[in-house]
Amino acid sequence: MLNDIVKMIPIYVMGRKYEVPQGLTILKAMEFSGYAFKRGCGCRGGVCGACVTVYRKKGNYQLKVGLACQTVVEPDIYLVQLPFVPANKAIYTVKNLQASDSNIVKLYPELLRCLQCNTCTKVCPMELDVMNFVAAAMRGDLARVVELSMECVMCGMCAARCPAELAPFNIALLVRRIVGKHVIPPSPQLNQRLKEIREGKFNEELQHLKKAEKSEMEERFKDLQAKKGASV
Amino acid sequence: MPYPIEMQDSVRKVEASREGRLGQSFPRLNLAEKAKLLETYHPDFRISEKTEIRVGPNKGGLAPKELVRLLEAPSRLDPAQVDLEKVDYKTDLLVIGAGGGGVTAALFAKENGAEVLLATKLRLGDSNTIMAEGGIGAATLPEDSPVIHYIDTMMGGRGKNIPELVEALVNDAPFIVDWLTNLGVIFDRHPDGSYFTHMPAGHSRKRSHSVKDITGLEIMRVLCDEVRNQGIEVLEFTPAVELVLDDQGRCAGAVLFNFDTEQYSVVQAKATLIATGGIGRLHIQGFPTSNHYGATADGLVMAYRAGAKMLYVDYIQYHPTGVAWPEQMLGLLISEAVRAQGAQVVNGEGELFVDRLETRDALSAAIIRECGERGEGALSPTGMVGVWLDTPIIDRIGGEGTFLRRFAGIHSRFKKYDIDPIREPILVYPTQHYQNGGIQTSVNGGTNVPNLYVAGEVAGGVHGHNRLGSNSLVDIFVFGRRAGREIGQRIKEVKVGKLSLSHIKTYQESLREAGIVSNTRSPLLLPDYRFEKALTTVQHAKGR
Repeated sequence: MLNDIVKMIPIYVMGRKYEVPQGLTILKAMEFSGYAFKRGCGCRGGVCGACVTVYRKKGNYQLKVGLACQTVVEPDIYLVQLPFVPANKAIYTVKNLQASDSNIVKLYPELLRCLQCNTCTKVCPMELDVMNFVAAAMRGDLARVVELSMECVMCGMCAARCPAELAPFNIALLVRRIVGKHVIPPSPQLNQRLKEIREGKFNEELQHLKKAEKSEMEERFKDLQAKKGASV
Repeated sequence: MPYPIEMQDSVRKVEASREGRLGQSFPRLNLAEKAKLLETYHPDFRISEKTEIRVGPNKGGLAPKELVRLLEAPSRLDPAQVDLEKVDYKTDLLVIGAGGGGVTAALFAKENGAEVLLATKLRLGDSNTIMAEGGIGAATLPEDSPVIHYIDTMMGGRGKNIPELVEALVNDAPFIVDWLTNLGVIFDRHPDGSYFTHMPAGHSRKRSHSVKDITGLEIMRVLCDEVRNQGIEVLEFTPAVELVLDDQGRCAGAVLFNFDTEQYSVVQAKATLIATGGIGRLHIQGFPTSNHYGATADGLVMAYRAGAKMLYVDYIQYHPTGVAWPEQMLGLLISEAVRAQGAQVVNGEGELFVDRLETRDALSAAIIRECGERGEGALSPTGMVGVWLDTPIIDRIGGEGTFLRRFAGIHSRFKKYDIDPIREPILVYPTQHYQNGGIQTSVNGGTNVPNLYVAGEVAGGVHGHNRLGSNSLVDIFVFGRRAGREIGQRIKEVKVGKLSLSHIKTYQESLREAGIVSNTRSPLLLPDYRFEKALTTVQHAKGR
């Protein structure tokens, strides 16, 4: 019945052929084929990196990588999921690190082995400029690492393909945490608010509100909403 | 123009009316109008979609049919398959679920001296938390205060929130922002270090702290890294299938299931914390969902069978701006921050019909009315009806580049389908987003079952009947932290008696006594999308 209304196309999951409706994502095409995911499926929305898939299109020698929940199948696509990469992760205490690049090389000495071959960038399903954030990490340009790696979904494919055996996604995570903790200055406004709460500045009013009539709360809310101004 | 020919007419109407709508807003609903709108159009008020629960602590109460089906199903675990004499793991705290709530509880319990085992159905970090786009709510600006946060939260929850929980939420929230920042989360900041904040619907001040449109991803990356740094033992692809009690009726661990080897294992724990998240993958009332693959209400089912009371589980949040086109993205969330940034919501004729900053429940109800009874929605070729989120307004107001700077993730996801939200509006329809209620809890995450704790979306009470945007990210960390601390501080005094699964048999007997015949087993663990179920069906769009 399905075949009457939708064009069916062949796909190959780990070499086995299935017919699926055109236009489905790899994830839904595999489900349509009868796969019940345990591994290889996560947020189904392109942010978690669980469903990373290696594929090759017909007539093309290149192996590509994409998120199964974001990549649409094509006729005669060959695919396999690679949902786990045993990549190296350094152990550290962020509080004890400093805003310098020496930590990074100490924790990930293999960083200096980078060959600048660009395989990591080519493989990244998020189309991040991986090689350049690795290069930025090598020269200590931490802000640039943050900028280029912010959308990383930690799928690990850069580590799986790197001929110099780096784990760029974990190196970038370390750099981002150093920047978040040690480079960006603390907020005086936040510190002031924490002090006020510790001193119990709002307690009396909160205790009152906890017992207040609904009408009082509604009045105050109306007033707040009327005066709240621009939203951004 | 990538939108199919059938939709292009409507897109042109939206484009044509855009200049005229700039600076305009639809009159805000007053409290009475809002109540009427909800009552008439919000799915929570469709009484025919709820069923009475016939067994257990909430017997006689109402819950969505899809949840009751699981609550009234026998356990997927046959107690005879498990030898409780043979304990595989002994620990102080067993955390079930590795999203924001579970990971936070694990970290704080460990910091306070407890030995922690973290078991999770999928990977460390897999959760609705990781998908949170918008931000984390906390009163950190000078013009804001925990008091105003309290009022907004109570009003958003229709006054049904548990006051003590809200008090804890608003007082702890700024400390959570501080904690995450110190762990190295890179929030959006001004050059002087102060936080860039925005104001989601229903809030009266700017208090949502964001990391672009990937707030949850950034926070979970950091927290999972911290779990690894702290050496906490993590069992991935190992869901809990039932809690274990002791001979005094106290929670004493759980039976876990190894997805790879399909073997059961027994965990004996002095305290157990359930942080299994929400319910979206049950597809309440046939709605699409924005939720993670694992959001199947497992924690509710296990805790309920062990005697834990639920609160407000019949209140489900439908996020007003779920994707309605393209088909492949159906149900995925478009962050509320898009509306906060100026995007208007307009109907198929390009007309305003509701203010863009109404709370989620009211906006969802207004969209359902527009697409249903009023018939003013835009129709997609697959029969999905929706309204337009007019995203091009964002660059029109904020200048070229604003959308991309704030919403790079949303942009790249749509571009895969040749839709450019910088230039074209997005078709949206409410998507099932959040379980407002859950297991009833104390201010430190405790339940009525001794030594059983909950944190995160599986818990209920703090949000009343309707959660405000940015209050979920803060909720999971506030109560994860409180529970972790309390457990760490009292764990050395806790004694565990003889392990038992007799509550499973007792529950089964009560099902039989109530004459309930079920062809299903619970907890569900994973939704079934095989074969035809992989294709989207739209059952809900026609209003009522």
